[in-house]
Amino acid sequence: MFHAFLVKYGEIGVKGKNRYVFEDALIARIKHVLYPVEGTFQVTKDQGRVYVEAVGVFDYEETVAALQRVFGVVGICPVVKIPNQDIEGLQKEVLSYMHQMYENATKSFKVHTRRVNKRYALNSMEVSAAIGEKILQEFPGLRVDVHEPELILHIELRNYICIYSEILPGPGGMPLGTNGRSMLLLSGGIDSPVAGYMVAKRGVCIDAVYFHAPPYTSERAKQKVVDLAKKVARYTGAIRLHVINFAEIQMYIYDTCPHDELTILMRRYMMRIAEKIAMDTGCLALITGESIGQVASQTVQSIAATNDVCTLPVFRPLIAFDKEDIVTIAKKIDTYETSILPYEDCCTTFVAKHPVTKPRVDVIRRSEEALMGQIEEMVERALAEDEVIEIR
Amino acid sequence: MQAYLDNAATTRCTTRVAEAMVQAMCENFGNPSSMHLMGVKAEQVLRDAKTFFAKNLKVKEKEIYFTSGGTESNNLAILGTAMANQRAGKHLITTVIEHPSVSHPMKALEKQGFRVTYLPVDKDGIVSLEALQEALCEETILVSVMYVNNEIGAVQPIEQIAKLIKEKSKKAYFHVDAIQAYGKYQIYPGKEGIDLLSISGHKLHAPKGVGLLYINEKVKIHPLLHGGGQQKDIRSGTENIPGIVGITEAARACEQHLEEHREQLYHIKQRFVDGVQKLERATVNGRTGKDSAPHIVSVSFEGVRSEVLLHALEERGIYVSAGSACASNKPSISPTLQGIGLAKELLSSTLRFSFSFDTTEEEIDYCLQELAKLLPVLRRYVRR
Repeated sequence: MFHAFLVKYGEIGVKGKNRYVFEDALIARIKHVLYPVEGTFQVTKDQGRVYVEAVGVFDYEETVAALQRVFGVVGICPVVKIPNQDIEGLQKEVLSYMHQMYENATKSFKVHTRRVNKRYALNSMEVSAAIGEKILQEFPGLRVDVHEPELILHIELRNYICIYSEILPGPGGMPLGTNGRSMLLLSGGIDSPVAGYMVAKRGVCIDAVYFHAPPYTSERAKQKVVDLAKKVARYTGAIRLHVINFAEIQMYIYDTCPHDELTILMRRYMMRIAEKIAMDTGCLALITGESIGQVASQTVQSIAATNDVCTLPVFRPLIAFDKEDIVTIAKKIDTYETSILPYEDCCTTFVAKHPVTKPRVDVIRRSEEALMGQIEEMVERALAEDEVIEIR
Repeated sequence: MQAYLDNAATTRCTTRVAEAMVQAMCENFGNPSSMHLMGVKAEQVLRDAKTFFAKNLKVKEKEIYFTSGGTESNNLAILGTAMANQRAGKHLITTVIEHPSVSHPMKALEKQGFRVTYLPVDKDGIVSLEALQEALCEETILVSVMYVNNEIGAVQPIEQIAKLIKEKSKKAYFHVDAIQAYGKYQIYPGKEGIDLLSISGHKLHAPKGVGLLYINEKVKIHPLLHGGGQQKDIRSGTENIPGIVGITEAARACEQHLEEHREQLYHIKQRFVDGVQKLERATVNGRTGKDSAPHIVSVSFEGVRSEVLLHALEERGIYVSAGSACASNKPSISPTLQGIGLAKELLSSTLRFSFSFDTTEEEIDYCLQELAKLLPVLRRYVRR
């Protein structure tokens, strides 16, 4: 019965003169996610509303699912769109709509009319009353409550008429591409894909970097990260995934520095490399999935010691999240199942039995001095061999 | 250089096999159950295949059943006989070193009220005959023992086991998982006292997705799949003619070159074992002589994680397995390696190398040379 959707957006509405930038970005994203969906769609902006209209046959479930992945969308209302007509005709249409949607329902309701077409014979209050009256006659289970109704039936009078009552939730946030680009440090774990998703939700485009260390990490571990990036890309749009071979650097640190500082030192070099790629590719910030105290390398001291090497802002959207909450989001965005596949990543390969948990920045810097002279070349080499995978 | 040394996981489909299959798919593509000429032609192919295997195994044509592979053959043999004979008894016997396609159906039967005895093995992976003698009882309806173990290449004393079973029990059937053995050994179920025998195509240079189960005509068995009643209602489903053509063609080649290829494999294996014994802190598990399978060698490398060594070899074009390939995408401790009493620290330091008739001395030497280079490096970088 539905061939059109009214897309509600939240925060964008309160923007000032640049509001069109956000609306256009939203429309562009909607068109993008609908591209692979079965059907032909028209996406239009009409007096502060975005409409998606299907032309001919289309897959309803797929369409809704696609729209629910568009950041900036707060709600999606499946709409019945009919030609402009007088109140008697409209009453008939509304009753048929109500029969299909709420046969035998017991609910309180109200009718809410928006009269954009100022030439309509009745005013909005009169339309609401006329329709409410008919509904009351026809549906014994429904009663009117204008203050806290369980069901709001919306009637919009334009050059045509829209009827809708359902609002399906969208993800919220801001349309992609309205907030620059950032580089996500993507491991194979549960957290980093969620971190990428959360920052992207604020309108930020995402690129990613993954560190592998063959033969200590396998081809399957890399494939897992590619699969995760694909899942995240369903929300964030295309991701350029940089795969960096970290083995040589890792071995050199292993040979040269105190073992309990290995993880911190490794992470400092990962941040340096990620930042270098970010700067070279126009990313304005880094994103990590760190959460305070989750593991030894994520204590406040450790995060400070890692952060010490960065000049770009580092976004850590999960910083105060408990693991359970992260898992909930990971399940929602369908990355969890992939994340828990048991392939070794390069952070865990050589992790010390008792790594430092309260590193001091000055001590770490001093340990790092032992690496100087040779490690720069290794970093250069790793960067030069950057393997770029386009994820879409 | 490349060296595919994982032939116990799967083998390359030979061109001859592939060509025969293309013919069966694109030209003689009929359904053997169709009443018209195309069906008759396809049925003829099926008959020829059964004739070949009947001769090859010295059994009757009607005792050959084609399946989707080793897992189905083992499942049909175990679940099918258990279901059909449960009134005669609810006791089954198997070993601790079986492939999951045997041990898991056994576990499933345990949940349904069957009792299963898991026979221990010695340090070479050979099943204990004393334990078998003790386990056999009035209630026993099935004994399932693999011919060649897939992880360490141990060869079981099949004839002795069969003799013991027949002595102590009239009704117990003997199922042999010969998936790693067929094509390496000439097996005659009648002579060796085997009632059910599982064979898989893709271990013989045929494709995945086809296998065979020999079922002695006296065996009472229930089908797992119900449908059109093909293969005497024991295995419904349109026969996989291309696959059947493939496995038959591959088995023909095995038969023709059996002795020659086995000698060649033993030669290759000996060369590899000799080389491994020169490596530091590397030990071969189980027997290595002609009383072991000609194509499988299990080696423990002390102080090296098998996964890392495997990937390091992979980087050099050498492909091997850690444990058995079917189970190795979820790292778990191998019951076979535990069964032979391998030291705990070696369980996750063990690789399997498996050869085929087309494995060359150069490939073996290349693998040994790379191992010698890799081991000291990998032993230096370990978790501390």
